Amino acid sequence: MGLELYLDLLSQPCRSIYIFARSNNIPFEFKHVELFKGPSNSEGAGKVSLLKKVPALKDGDFTLAECTAILLYLSRKYNTPDHWYPADIQQRARVDEYLSWHHANIRANAPKTMWIKVLIPLFTGQPLPSEKLQEVMEGLSTSLKQFEERFLQDKDFIIGSEISLADLVAIVELMQPVGVGCDIFEDRPRLREWRRRVEDAVGKELFFQAHEMILNIKELSNIQIDPQLKEQLAPVLMKMLK
Amino acid sequence: MGLELYLDLLSQPCRALYIFARSNNIPFEFKRVQLSKGQHKTEEFRKVNVLMKVPALRDGSFTLAESIAILLYLVQKFKTPDHWYPSDLQKRARVDEYLCWQHANIRAKGSKLFIIKALLPLLTGQPLPPEKLEFATEELNVALKQFEEKFLQDKPFIAGSEVSLADLVALVELMQPVCAGYDLFQERPKLSEWRRRVEEAVGKQLFQEAHEEIMNIKNLTADQFAPEMMENFRQQLLKQY
Repeated sequence: MGLELYLDLLSQPCRSIYIFARSNNIPFEFKHVELFKGPSNSEGAGKVSLLKKVPALKDGDFTLAECTAILLYLSRKYNTPDHWYPADIQQRARVDEYLSWHHANIRANAPKTMWIKVLIPLFTGQPLPSEKLQEVMEGLSTSLKQFEERFLQDKDFIIGSEISLADLVAIVELMQPVGVGCDIFEDRPRLREWRRRVEDAVGKELFFQAHEMILNIKELSNIQIDPQLKEQLAPVLMKMLK
Repeated sequence: MGLELYLDLLSQPCRALYIFARSNNIPFEFKRVQLSKGQHKTEEFRKVNVLMKVPALRDGSFTLAESIAILLYLVQKFKTPDHWYPSDLQKRARVDEYLCWQHANIRAKGSKLFIIKALLPLLTGQPLPPEKLEFATEELNVALKQFEEKFLQDKPFIAGSEVSLADLVALVELMQPVCAGYDLFQERPKLSEWRRRVEEAVGKQLFQEAHEEIMNIKNLTADQFAPEMMENFRQQLLKQY
């Protein structure tokens, strides 16, 4: 039994792993986990990852969670091209720096756009809270400003002339608001150009394939949500409304 | 000019760096940046880290932010003993896994409880809202349960038999709510044992020294903050918490 990757492409970290593995021709079995189908469907992923989340990796007896850890494991095990995670100490530090900063900044606000615009209305039947969305977009704006000024600057990619894990992790996160109708690239030409370069670097077709679900998120309204899951998530989501 | 580390030991990530560098005899110049005095907002510090946060590193013309990135940089540059960041693929992955997970869990929840318990009353002059405290404590308890069940399990350390970056980063974060008065080790014997092992691995004296300031946080008074910083922190914290 070879490498198994437990993924739901609605999830940003899952997309970065999917794109990385496919882009580097890493052989793996795609184990589809549908987050919104509830516990019964996530059984497989539940057994693999004690955290019961996606993404998760299973390589023989070895199981692993957390996006960055999985990306680094794959880059090392499959000896992917150097630019993804450079051997050069300073270049590598720049990737590590972005991957760390990402958590409390871009990843703090970008996912909330989907919760507020799609999931909360869907799960709670409550209308979209517009002040909450504005708050989130302002937070995201601040992060994007820092991203452009500190991490991207005038370079083609975060570490310079070539794409790395940092760009991949960033872009999939930013596609979340795009998918729900908050096009953060619209008034940001430098970011738009960077996005185009990232798409070209991983392969446009692969990029769009990975993002097909999130870009058609309106279809989610037609998904049958597991009632147990609805009951579990509704209070969590209501808390977010406060 | 050698390696410079810009630190405020009241900050958890700064302590991890300080302990790691000292424990491994890495020569560096300690550049104190006092957050309460607004020293992270000076033009001079901005040259080191435009994001105006500690910790930060300057090595010649190279500057770097984010404690995890700095720790990994030091590991690579000074070729520290293997156990800190094991070359074994799977052990290293375990360390990476914890370092990634901790941002939104132990770090976020531990910081939140610390801020609500120790800083909010001080900065706002208002009494502590009990529901807020209860909720923050519960959230941290959930993270602690996951930490024990998923990351530590029955091993002496997160990666196995030896201390690694993961344990150091975890422990300095847990000390924050502890110093605010939430003794999370009290009814958790497995965690207490692990704490003891980590302190011994880095050196008890060094660990105590690094935590001296944060252990005295209860004695922090409003007048120790620069007035503009008081207002600044107050607004930031009220919005977030």
